[in-house]
Amino acid sequence: MATATEALEQIKERVQMVPVSNARDEIESGVRLVDVREQNEWDESHLEGAVHVPQAEVVERIDELHPDRSQRLLLHCRTDNRSARVADDLRELGYEDVGVIQGGILAWEDAGYPVVSASGLTPEQRDRYSRHTLLPEIGVEGQLKLLNSKVLLLGAGGLGSPTALYLAAAGVGTIGIVDDDVVDASNLQRQVIHTTDRVGVAKTASARVAIEALNPDVDVIEHNLRLDASNILELIEPYDIIVDGADNFPTRYLLNDASVRLRKPVVSASILGFEGQISTFIPYDGPCYRCLYPTPPPPELAPSCGANGVLGVMAGLMGQLQANEVVKLAAGIGDPLNGRLLLYDSLATSFTELKVRRDPHCPICGDDVPEIAAGDMGKFPDYELFCGAPAREPSPEPVA
Amino acid sequence: MPSATVKIPPVLRPQTGGEAAVSADGSTVGDVLNAVVEAHPDTREQLFAGENDLNRYVNVYLNDEDVRVLDGLETAIDDGDTVVILPAMAGGAR
Repeated sequence: MATATEALEQIKERVQMVPVSNARDEIESGVRLVDVREQNEWDESHLEGAVHVPQAEVVERIDELHPDRSQRLLLHCRTDNRSARVADDLRELGYEDVGVIQGGILAWEDAGYPVVSASGLTPEQRDRYSRHTLLPEIGVEGQLKLLNSKVLLLGAGGLGSPTALYLAAAGVGTIGIVDDDVVDASNLQRQVIHTTDRVGVAKTASARVAIEALNPDVDVIEHNLRLDASNILELIEPYDIIVDGADNFPTRYLLNDASVRLRKPVVSASILGFEGQISTFIPYDGPCYRCLYPTPPPPELAPSCGANGVLGVMAGLMGQLQANEVVKLAAGIGDPLNGRLLLYDSLATSFTELKVRRDPHCPICGDDVPEIAAGDMGKFPDYELFCGAPAREPSPEPVA
Repeated sequence: MPSATVKIPPVLRPQTGGEAAVSADGSTVGDVLNAVVEAHPDTREQLFAGENDLNRYVNVYLNDEDVRVLDGLETAIDDGDTVVILPAMAGGAR
């Protein structure tokens, strides 16, 4: 009868032990990697790209996790004892190509290879974001990406208010807000980031109060100004993702043209009445706003929410869809609305999805557009002339 | 003659008596839109530039595809198709 140690040695002779340097090459080329340690060990640190399944659950879950028995699978634990046992069990189940990282994560770290360390998250953050980090698609890596992401919101209004609140709750580390308006009582029906006692306060300052109360991790940057051709490049350059909730066409076209120049993704929604539209524009990886709408409509076909009214709840829904797009882009998960336009009709409670194609003849992102000289980067056409309308309505009534 | 459902955007509903969707017959997208214009003449000016060209700021989709990448107004209609008229909207911030 073999001792436990001898039995383990026999197992390690039967299974394929992979030195860490070879394991690293395999991981870089995208092999399926399973970490069989316990939750607390995983939380402390783990290898990027690994899937976590505790030893006791691997056999039970293997069909769902890795159904193809002939496909390569790599396992590791702290040293290599637990993973070798799991590999042996899988071999008996007919798995033909299972490797075990020799020496486990300890040998990996000794070799100086990187790990994702939960030490990037404070104990408070581990608790606050635990419902995110429990999701394998997000995990600690995804949460750290969110905390390191910088998102600029154009407007803290009907769309920007819910977007900002959800991004703040999600732990987006830097949220910039561009708005030169003050909170009005007529905003409060939908602009849920503002409150009755902050009527008359600048929207950027009001949004800061709400965000900081919700999540002290977020760095709020107030841009209490109007976006225009003279400041847009400087303004959007430091950010990773731009969220467009502008209330007028000149600003939407200006933002599009500037974001294509700087290759910044834009999550763009608009609302009117009971209906909303949303799409995500990723420059050169899909259409831009001008591919979708080459020409703005005449002012009489482009009423504002101030003139027409808007259902507050619908605005909230569209703002949350924007936040959903931002979180996916920032964490690098899922399929963004790139090349798709989603329409929402709140009276019917129905969504319609339309395809949006990149226009090869687009004057901004098309194939024949010459590269813009560095000195001309900040030069933009006259959008108010182009749109036949001022960037802001002359009406003194607060709108949208 | 095939029949299509035409979805009318909010900005055009005053011209269709408030209807959000209308039924129209026609063998092409152009025929269907002309049938809408016949039933609701006030929509003509906003849909068409001149005789038979769509206004450039109006996007028209057959089901989920932009007719600009199909055969434009000549695109054939099957019975039960949906035609979506979509102008840009800008509402949002304030």
